[in-house]
Amino acid sequence: MAIGIKDRAAVIGMGCTKFGERYDSNLEDLLIEAIDECLEDAGVEFNDIDAFWFGTFTSGMAGLAFSNRMKSHYKPVTRLENMCCTGLDSFRNACYGVVAGAYDVVMAIGAEKLKDGGYSGLEVPTEDSDRTLPDLTAPSRFAFVAPAYAHKYGLDMQQMKEVMARIAWKNHKNGALNPKAQYRSEVPMESILKSPMICSPLGVMDCSGVSDGAACAIITRTEDAKKYRKDPMYVKGIQIAAGPAHSEKHQSYDFTTAFETYYAGQAAYREAGITNPREQISLAEVHDCFTPTELIIYEDLQFSERGQGWKDAMNGFFDLDGGLPVNPDGGLKSFGHPIGASGIRMLYESWLQFHGRAGKRQLENPRIGLAQNLGGQPYSCVVGVGIVGNELG
Amino acid sequence: MVGIIGFGAYVPYNRLNRAHIKDTFGAPVPKGEKAVANYDEDSITMGAMAALDCSANLDTKTIDAVYFATTTAPYKEKQSAATIAGVLDTRVDIRTADFCDSLRAASSAILAGVDAARMGLNAMVVAGECRLGYSAGPYENHFGDGAAAFLIGNNNVIAEYIDSCSISVDFHDLWRADNERFVHSWEERFCVNQGYNQFVGESVKGVLKKTGLTPADFSKIVLYGITPRYQGQIAAKLGFAPAQIQDSLYNQVGNTGTANAPMMLAAALEEAKPGDYILLATYGEGSDAIVFKVSDEIANFLPGLGLKGYIENKKASMNYGKYLRWRELIATEPAKRPVQKRSSLPDMYRNRKKNLGFYGVCCKNCGTVQFPPSRICIECRTIDQMEDYRLYGKPARVATFTVDYLAESLDPPTIVAVVDFEGGGRLICYLVDCDPDEVKVGMEVKMSFRHIFTVDSIRTYFWKAVPKL
Repeated sequence: MAIGIKDRAAVIGMGCTKFGERYDSNLEDLLIEAIDECLEDAGVEFNDIDAFWFGTFTSGMAGLAFSNRMKSHYKPVTRLENMCCTGLDSFRNACYGVVAGAYDVVMAIGAEKLKDGGYSGLEVPTEDSDRTLPDLTAPSRFAFVAPAYAHKYGLDMQQMKEVMARIAWKNHKNGALNPKAQYRSEVPMESILKSPMICSPLGVMDCSGVSDGAACAIITRTEDAKKYRKDPMYVKGIQIAAGPAHSEKHQSYDFTTAFETYYAGQAAYREAGITNPREQISLAEVHDCFTPTELIIYEDLQFSERGQGWKDAMNGFFDLDGGLPVNPDGGLKSFGHPIGASGIRMLYESWLQFHGRAGKRQLENPRIGLAQNLGGQPYSCVVGVGIVGNELG
Repeated sequence: MVGIIGFGAYVPYNRLNRAHIKDTFGAPVPKGEKAVANYDEDSITMGAMAALDCSANLDTKTIDAVYFATTTAPYKEKQSAATIAGVLDTRVDIRTADFCDSLRAASSAILAGVDAARMGLNAMVVAGECRLGYSAGPYENHFGDGAAAFLIGNNNVIAEYIDSCSISVDFHDLWRADNERFVHSWEERFCVNQGYNQFVGESVKGVLKKTGLTPADFSKIVLYGITPRYQGQIAAKLGFAPAQIQDSLYNQVGNTGTANAPMMLAAALEEAKPGDYILLATYGEGSDAIVFKVSDEIANFLPGLGLKGYIENKKASMNYGKYLRWRELIATEPAKRPVQKRSSLPDMYRNRKKNLGFYGVCCKNCGTVQFPPSRICIECRTIDQMEDYRLYGKPARVATFTVDYLAESLDPPTIVAVVDFEGGGRLICYLVDCDPDEVKVGMEVKMSFRHIFTVDSIRTYFWKAVPKL
């Protein structure tokens, strides 16, 4: 019977590039930048890595996109794509590689080069189909959430806009303290509230950045980790949930939740032994692609009771100095969102926090970190939830 | 008895006040508004909507033929009538044909429909038109867009076909060559005096002689006219009083080409009483004159929204720039987005019931209605227990929505709505012909057949929501 992988895989090094409009860098540059940091951090050589899980949404096909650039020597490279959940799922599969005993040292890498496309927003590869259903913009898919949430919990749209703006404000405030973030300045509430409308009620300041970047992690079995360092980061649970699009097609769905986040969260909590996430989790990096997404994640991951997330957001519970800091590194909103890299970037914040390397964002005695990575839209998505800790047990 | 057993029409929601053309070019223009097909409408979509209006309360499985008349068929090779038949959800063992290339195409199709009815068939005859005149020219002022449809058969006839007279002459006054978008014409006096007046006169006199009727016997003459002025002149000359002349729709819709007289006929039938004689006279390389006699059955016909309803449902605030953009008459900045991928024709073929008839499925195990159709139930996961379920015509409401200023569109902003159907079924789709300030959660909508995009000259059609009237 499956027992999960709690405390059976450990991270021994991580790396992350600066995210942003990296017009000076190609994919090779981004990979080298993240991997160099990671190898140095772990104290291993590139050739010591037994296998690679390379996650990218659009930047290259097959494992060759990685092996050709990094000149890995006939090693296994799996190219993984799971939309915006690509990063965390690459990490998950890499963990299984060591836990299963197939390999001793593996690397999960997520990378994306979005800014070479010349388009605003995301370029989404599509399958052959009759193409009759609307090709909706990403913000429109998430904009449905805001009026639905406001209506259900009795907020007027002005209040709702303020809740959304508060989330963006917080993430920019955090990102301003992060030297690797795409946007490193605080933004006043008034500017967020007045930002140009993109998809009502989402203004441009309710949307995350479009970025280039890469992030990676080196993983071993827990029993081997201490050979590399005294302070590895242990994987407590990591689960993904892919939805059947029931919400998209059934009138019972009211656009105030992403069931995939709830189910992935429940599975990861079970694996990790988390019974009270609001109390037990020290920090969470969640998929704030648009501000209402972060709001419903609070509730789907049970940081807040249903209908209470907006109050917690407004009273600062998720701020850097709050009860449960959410997106202390700035999140997608401020750190940026190079699709394949984001899930691993989320874990990178726990890595820095556990090692006391988070600079002005440093939290006091963090023990459990959570990453939640979402690909798709609230009514049909694939969500990964990963939980890591700095102690066994 | 053979004749019309149902009628319907469609007029696009947007109207261009001709004054805007004067604002742009300075030259005087006629008064009134012209109906402008939205950027996602064409002669097929308008024809399909008129046919649905006609059959709003009729069983489309009784249709044995679908004839479509237009001079603006979206394809030169690829039938339009078959698409409209799919939208109507007819049987497949029917006749379909396009009647093209002449302003007389619609009356030719009606006569073909009458011939079919004589053989015991029910023929849906549809006319749709979306013509272009050169900018700053008279035809741009004249032309409007619209469609009409008639079901012709021999049961429950509401307007009996009495007789007709057709005149066919190789008369060349208006033309549009292969690959041309704009209508050319010879000098107007030649078109009117040598063509229009001559052939309409011959056909009308011919049918009066055949039937033994006189102008005074008719409640209405439904007479195509290049403009109301020419229409009035020839009608008077033929002995019809002004009150007998069916309004040409020039001021509200414009000259809709081959669909013009059919739309006027639909308007005439909306007002007709049992016993009325109606004379339909068309023009184009000759003329067809057809006499109908309205029967008692007209009281039993349950119309759809009808021409009058569609004319009243309008927005007349569009400016000339928007008209140019919708017809792609000016080069506008392309969106910074990847090139659109074409539709897969095999997938279009497999999904034809969904795409044209707007079918979902209903699970026989748990009763859940779902769209698009699939083999596994979203609710109970039962496999292969689905039955076809037509969502078209089901009352529907907006569950939630967003107004998207980012999406590439010829008419921004784009409204995206989550539409829930009474009885089950949900579709996330575009909401068009709707003021962004008017859309509300809970508002009633209905579905409208639209042109979605064209890539590699493959036109993709599907459904969008519009406010319910």
